[in-house]
Amino acid sequence: MKSLRKPAYDDIPGTTVFDAQRARQGYHLNMFCMSLMKAENREAFKANERAYLDRWPMSEPQKQAVLARDWNRMIALGGNIYFLAKLFFTDQKSFQYVAAVMTGSTQEEYAQMMLNGGRPVKGNRYRREWRRKRGKAHG
Amino acid sequence: MARIIGGVTTSHVPAIGAALDNGKSGEPYWKKVFDGYEFSKRWIRKAKPDVILLVYNDHASAFSLDIIPTFALGCAAEFPIADEGWGPRPVPKVVGHPELAAHIAQSVILDEFDLTVVNKMDVDHGLTVPLSLMYGQPQEWPCRVIPLPVNVVVYPPPTAHRCYQFGKALGKAIRAYPEDLRVVVFGTGGMSHQLQGPRAGLINSAYDRKFLDLMTKNPRKLASVTHLELVRETGSEGIELVMWLIMRGALDEKVREVHRFYHVPASNTAVGHLILENLK
Repeated sequence: MKSLRKPAYDDIPGTTVFDAQRARQGYHLNMFCMSLMKAENREAFKANERAYLDRWPMSEPQKQAVLARDWNRMIALGGNIYFLAKLFFTDQKSFQYVAAVMTGSTQEEYAQMMLNGGRPVKGNRYRREWRRKRGKAHG
Repeated sequence: MARIIGGVTTSHVPAIGAALDNGKSGEPYWKKVFDGYEFSKRWIRKAKPDVILLVYNDHASAFSLDIIPTFALGCAAEFPIADEGWGPRPVPKVVGHPELAAHIAQSVILDEFDLTVVNKMDVDHGLTVPLSLMYGQPQEWPCRVIPLPVNVVVYPPPTAHRCYQFGKALGKAIRAYPEDLRVVVFGTGGMSHQLQGPRAGLINSAYDRKFLDLMTKNPRKLASVTHLELVRETGSEGIELVMWLIMRGALDEKVREVHRFYHVPASNTAVGHLILENLK
């Protein structure tokens, strides 16, 4: 059977496209996040995060990523940003806060980058452009 | 007969809603955003739509990963405001128009657009932020709203071409409704933004501005845009722009652009906003 993997969008740097396969991988992680739309579930989660997570048949690495609030790791393990939003809203954090964390910038740096017009598209379209940049940085 | 007066496109950034709800709309950062909608508020009060058909995407609020409809239509009498994790936004409940919605569903399905009929659904910031931008903070929304959520969460969303064609079927359905209703169609989301991963914060203003031009003048050309191009050029969440094509398809081929606003940034996003009117 011909695989649907290796799609063209995988050559876009720093980007995870949430396709059906990733939706399968992250099903329980994302459904856990969605459960936080109920105030009583938010309370239960905040009272004992580990115990609440153990109610969900998530993988141990997924649970560890949640406990560490490692957003890029959650994305890599099948998390989707709109589901993860329920988790960072529960933490009283914003999309901009999480975006800054995921890009490895401070809040101030990231907010300033946005005020300056955002991350330019030039040099950020293809993975090879990032590899070249990294090569230069290390060379 | 029902008539489509015009169309509105706008971004639906949740932080815009939060700024309004928390009394921060006068702060310089947010004032720059809200100022771009001053004309729009006057326009919609004058346009007095009876119904807004509001194309948006649900952000994992009404639809989980259990069921993911590509096109859905809210046919209920009322739509409660979703609790997205910080409690529901303090905005009025959304009152639907079940008769027109049922008519639209029948018409477009017979035209081979097999949308999903939804009779129970909470609506999130994707729907309420555009209403707040256009109407401010009223006690009740001044008109009925038919929600039309489109999947852009799980890849792939419908293509730009499919969206444009779907918009045409929606326009035909609305124009065939026997009651004299004034209808405005909203296409929301966009413009360039990426909310996730190390490339978050991507903004492509040149692309956005060209997209705005083509929305008015040459939507057929936009209908051939691919998902890959949208993700590469405008960010992983910029792909929401396909929803604008639904609104554009519902309007006539030739339209008058009565308002345009473009601003960077609102949180992570380029705010793009158009008001288009049908010529007759």
